[in-house]
Amino acid sequence: MPVEIDIAKVASLARIALSPEELRRYGDQLGAILEHAERVQQLPTAGIPPTSHPVPMTNAFRDDVVTGSLPLADVLAGAPEAEDGYFRVPPVLGDS
Amino acid sequence: MSDYEAVIGIETHVELMTRSKMFCGCPVAFGEAPNTTTCPVCLGLPGAMPVPNAEAIEGILKIGTALDCHVADTSYFHRKNYFYPDLPKNYQISQYDVPICHDGSISIDVDGAATRIGITRVHMEEDTGKSIHMGGGGRIHDAEYSLLDFNRSGVPLVEIVTEPDIRSAEQARVYGAELQRIVRTLGVSDARLEEGSMRFDANISVRPTGSEVLGTRAEIKNVNSLRSLQRAVAFEIARQIELIESGGTVVQETRHWNEESGTTTSMRSKEESEDYRYFQEPDLVPIEVSAEWRDAVVAALPELPAAQRARYQALGVDARVAGVLVATDELGALFEEAMAAGGDPRLIGNWLSGEAVAWSRAEGVEVGASPVTASHLVELAAMVADATLSASAAKQVLTGVLGGEGSPAEVAEARDLVQISDQGVIAAAVDEVLAAHPDAVDGIRGGDMKPIGFLVGQVMRATGGKADPKQVQQLIRDKTTG
Repeated sequence: MPVEIDIAKVASLARIALSPEELRRYGDQLGAILEHAERVQQLPTAGIPPTSHPVPMTNAFRDDVVTGSLPLADVLAGAPEAEDGYFRVPPVLGDS
Repeated sequence: MSDYEAVIGIETHVELMTRSKMFCGCPVAFGEAPNTTTCPVCLGLPGAMPVPNAEAIEGILKIGTALDCHVADTSYFHRKNYFYPDLPKNYQISQYDVPICHDGSISIDVDGAATRIGITRVHMEEDTGKSIHMGGGGRIHDAEYSLLDFNRSGVPLVEIVTEPDIRSAEQARVYGAELQRIVRTLGVSDARLEEGSMRFDANISVRPTGSEVLGTRAEIKNVNSLRSLQRAVAFEIARQIELIESGGTVVQETRHWNEESGTTTSMRSKEESEDYRYFQEPDLVPIEVSAEWRDAVVAALPELPAAQRARYQALGVDARVAGVLVATDELGALFEEAMAAGGDPRLIGNWLSGEAVAWSRAEGVEVGASPVTASHLVELAAMVADATLSASAAKQVLTGVLGGEGSPAEVAEARDLVQISDQGVIAAAVDEVLAAHPDAVDGIRGGDMKPIGFLVGQVMRATGGKADPKQVQQLIRDKTTG
């Protein structure tokens, strides 16, 4: 049985508008994926270290050196609207 | 009010003053034209890859070890997902379940009582861009549109979270001041509250005194000075107590501190709790801090404010004075220099924290910008030691030196404050006073010592305050009882 999930909440968190039909379809699909994850969780994994990164590498840092920035025209090239060097966006409720 | 106890935790964000940003080579610069210090990484353009700045990791390790934290052998970056225009990737790179530093503490001193404030975690993240809300009289909710500047986006940001160990507005302020001083001493940030390179959020709840259950908390934002931190916390504690007393309930919410009105107001009531869907940042590998690295950071730590205060107190400087000297760079520097030149710690500490600070406030001039030097202070202390100046005259001389009247010797001379060293002159003044007050003299001879103080005062008056009061007292005793 697929796992029941609140697909409407997941969609709203991701800012994706879904029709009732899509909610049902993706809800089933995501449920099946979670069900698979549940099966994986039942495997005996004690003693196996978590593998978040497939490459055994740590501390990939860079030196604190300024390498430069983009010209303003390039920065704003993809902006739907700009004003005085700023990106201009619709008003947003809430804190910053 | 004493029926309630406040429970306060503080989250502090500190921008690190590295040369380049956290994950890209854009400069960390202030006051630049909008969006001119940005690149694909800090603009969140698709495909851009972050690479952590080693110096920022070094900086957070300094802060963590200075706060006596455990350093995680291995820690990870996470993505904190939320939507806001000043966050172009729609996630902030932060840390989640394994912060780089955790479980530390800081000791603060309020009215002579030392309190330990637990540090839950110190983690590494990146700053967001800045929004300017336009139209609607500047109010966020009425804005017609917003302008975005991403120069700040990606500046290394350290978040420092306390345990809910703070119990008063005063403790909150002292904690904030101590943390600011530590960060500045480490040299990792200028920690300027008014410019936002250090920012406080306070979580506040109240509960009946003696209760172990936590009340519902409100989070206060927009506190941009130590004074407003104290005011905002005090206001919020009073608001919550009043609300409960009048039968209401505290709502979990974010509240905005308004500096002008001195009040907090609700910013938004959340329809649902925050769900940031943290997951490990796949573009960044884990951070591993070896014992050698940690030891090297600890070994390179400068003297921290608490140790500096303790050192001053060991020299005989009292606790309050040591606090003032350590809290103010220019006073601390003058004091250190004067000590190195062999000055009297107690006298010089008291002058700097007393007369010099008072003069600075009255004149609106920083002590560091006045002509006073460490050698002036040493000279002045020597003049008190060899009785050239009385203690009170020395304070007047110091004020003159601060005001640019010259060296201590010149000011003492010009203001006619040098104590009379001619024994004959003092003896004559004593004789005159004794002759003018035969009743007092008879009293002393009869065993009543009380008039001595009065007679000393008379001699001091007659000599324009320039006699050494101890010497005068001795002379009076000798002449009346001898």
